[in-house]
Amino acid sequence: MVSPSTMAAVRKSGAIPNSEFLMTAEGIRKEFPGVVALDDVSFRLKRGSVHALMGENGAGKSTLMKILAGIYQPDRGQIQLKGVDIRLDSPLDALENGIAMIHQELNLMAQMTVAENIWIRREPLNRFGFVDHAEMNRKTAALFDRLNIVLHPQTDVGELSVANRQMVEIAKAVSYESDVLIMDEPTSALTEREVEHLFRIIRDLRDQGIGIVYITHKMNELFEIADECSVFRDGRYIATHASSQVTRDDIIRMMVGREITQMFPKAEVPLGAVVLSVKNLTLNGVFKDVSFDVRAGEILGVAGLVGSGRSNVAETLFGVTPASSGTIAIDGKQLAIDSPTEAIRNRMAFLTEDRKETGCLLILDVLENMQIAVLQDKFVSRGFVEESKVSAACEEMCRKLRVKTPSLGERIENLSGGNQQKVLIGRWMLTDPRILILDEPTRGIDVGAKAEIHRLVSEMTKNGVAVIMISSEMPEVLGMSDRIMVMHEGRVTGFLDRTDATQIKVMDLASR
Amino acid sequence: MSDKSTAEARVETGAARRHRRLPPEANIFFVLIGIALVYELLGWIFVGQSFLFNQQRLTIMILQVSVIGIIAVGVTQVIITGGIDLSSGSVVGMTAMFSASLAQSSTWPRALYPSLTDLPFFIPVLLGIVVGLIAGIINGQLIARTKIPPFIATLGMMVSARGISKWYTKGQPVSGLTDSFTFIGTGVWPVVVFLLVALIFHVALRYTRYGKFTYAIGANVQAARVSGINVEAHLIKVYAIAGMLAGLAGVVTAARAQTAQAGMGVMYELDAIAAAVIGGTSLAGGAGRITGTVIGTIILGVMTSGFTFLRVDAYYQEIVKGMIIVAAVITDVYRQKKRTKV
Repeated sequence: MVSPSTMAAVRKSGAIPNSEFLMTAEGIRKEFPGVVALDDVSFRLKRGSVHALMGENGAGKSTLMKILAGIYQPDRGQIQLKGVDIRLDSPLDALENGIAMIHQELNLMAQMTVAENIWIRREPLNRFGFVDHAEMNRKTAALFDRLNIVLHPQTDVGELSVANRQMVEIAKAVSYESDVLIMDEPTSALTEREVEHLFRIIRDLRDQGIGIVYITHKMNELFEIADECSVFRDGRYIATHASSQVTRDDIIRMMVGREITQMFPKAEVPLGAVVLSVKNLTLNGVFKDVSFDVRAGEILGVAGLVGSGRSNVAETLFGVTPASSGTIAIDGKQLAIDSPTEAIRNRMAFLTEDRKETGCLLILDVLENMQIAVLQDKFVSRGFVEESKVSAACEEMCRKLRVKTPSLGERIENLSGGNQQKVLIGRWMLTDPRILILDEPTRGIDVGAKAEIHRLVSEMTKNGVAVIMISSEMPEVLGMSDRIMVMHEGRVTGFLDRTDATQIKVMDLASR
Repeated sequence: MSDKSTAEARVETGAARRHRRLPPEANIFFVLIGIALVYELLGWIFVGQSFLFNQQRLTIMILQVSVIGIIAVGVTQVIITGGIDLSSGSVVGMTAMFSASLAQSSTWPRALYPSLTDLPFFIPVLLGIVVGLIAGIINGQLIARTKIPPFIATLGMMVSARGISKWYTKGQPVSGLTDSFTFIGTGVWPVVVFLLVALIFHVALRYTRYGKFTYAIGANVQAARVSGINVEAHLIKVYAIAGMLAGLAGVVTAARAQTAQAGMGVMYELDAIAAAVIGGTSLAGGAGRITGTVIGTIILGVMTSGFTFLRVDAYYQEIVKGMIIVAAVITDVYRQKKRTKV
């Protein structure tokens, strides 16, 4: 194996071995605590081609891409750059070897100019060792000319639109004279015209012999821009095809083609009256015209790819980010829910997507975590917490949810993910909600705890709770929901009934 | 996990319900004992007398730190929410001036308000507390509404409040205070006020909803908000209480000195923060107790008193005090790191 610095030196000398593939990865495996993100994955990038990576959320595309860009190191497997084995220890290694990545969340410094952003760490210096701004701006202008980008080098990046920032990122990647460009959903924030411009640039780069790895959720882009396409599923490599030789249906089938073997403890519950009715809910720039009803005892599954606005809808329903327009009615009564406090008052509960960021009070104990929501209006007399009553209630809840903890006084951070999640579910069950919003209720927890959480949710529906369940896990959505609402790019693309919902139908709506 | 018996809950019942280890203050308490014993030993060696068995010295020591202690009780609560209050020292100066100006006796020839002399003691006391409360509310409003960092908001208040206390009498001290007012500063009254305040807020933090929400906000402000806590309103309350206690400290300071000067309370905010931090309050928020802060305050007092007792130069005192504060924070950081590794 050649060390990255040697390889970089060889590259500088111009003595690059000419192989058919710019970059190959063989037998890559990557584990994160509790989950195998990639298992025996292979990937080959041809010179002068655009190679799309497709797959559902969690299929492993992003992990593979981060390994190629030197952000993660694989546990097993080999990466070859132009036929030479290489080890990439850092993103800098990758850059110096001609592999540049354009991240989805752009990594630019808003307070610095376009030129400063592009040449950071490589600023041209004058003979006194000071930064030569004139030279830097000239180089930037030349680069922009080559890419047909119309931007002034001295504009502050903070003043640019998302699309233009994307252009700056691309220019920056190109300025490294990279052979491999990795793009993570570059069009997710662009308008149609901007996408066209981006595609023109991509085609130019491809014609110059650069290999482009292109991650996308959008099927039509695949056929427009990609030469080849590799499909991943659940951390495994499925197949690679020339994009001219596959159809949209083929790809969807490859993406979802798993057997659902898991059993779901879904209870058959007669549906009651409409509890929550949402009409034309809009949050400017995020989602638009979302309308749906949920009945007592019903589980409404919400499917969609990352960035489809699912979680944003949940946050708006709960008053975290109040809606720009549209109405929310509970029991037919229209309400202005502008804060979580107001939502809780109307007996709503919201299990957030990110357990660590917005769920757990990590340094506090199980009791304090569980009681915090219910203390809003119960177990308090004249400001004093009724300690014995509330801890009895929490203890009872722990028993009911089978939380494994040495005691209520244990810090929640010492519990496993599944038990943390149960504590958070307990937090909301104590408030006796009528509407329960679950955002990725079983993300990152083990199979046993998953099944228990499914059982709990199912039991709650028996008591007439209306449940909205957002999930990226297709089996969970199909197995637990009475109805499924599918979203794509901030819009509802369709509803599917439990009886006729299939993975293929959901994926079809989610990538429309 | 599939084994059903292992999935059974193991929640203990009865008295052992909340897992009790040694309280976190125990460590700090041992540090206090340790420091005192070192002084005791050095005392016998270098001075030839006992450090601890001298009631007068201990009384003076605790009297000296009571004012810091009163402030520290408020600052502890602010730090638990993840914030900081730099304004308390200046608020002490400002409230000392305001309350003293209404506490002057008619026999004093240069009273600030000659028509308002010999007022009953509770009027200047209340005025001081209210002025502190207002300063705290302004801090809280700035932090909650404009989202500027607490450091900046209270830094602004620190500078402005000091300015107000100088402007109020154009730099002149306010003297000739009534006996009923200065009474609060005599004997062990400052200590009584300190311990009473500490007790009230110890109970508030441990047993009331106010306390639970304070910890929750410091532990994870996002989670607290999603759990329905009105974070902004709560922060305003916490800063208001801190301001109010600084105001009370200002009143006690003026009463004890029997005069008020614009320069009173300089650097008190840092001593108060130090007391809280030495007492185990985490600057990252979410952790800290009033009992710890009380011990932290006494540690500061014992240190100063011990150095004086050993006739160590004031310069060295400050140097060592600085090192102890840093050591306390390093311990805190180390504890946090150890925790995240688990």
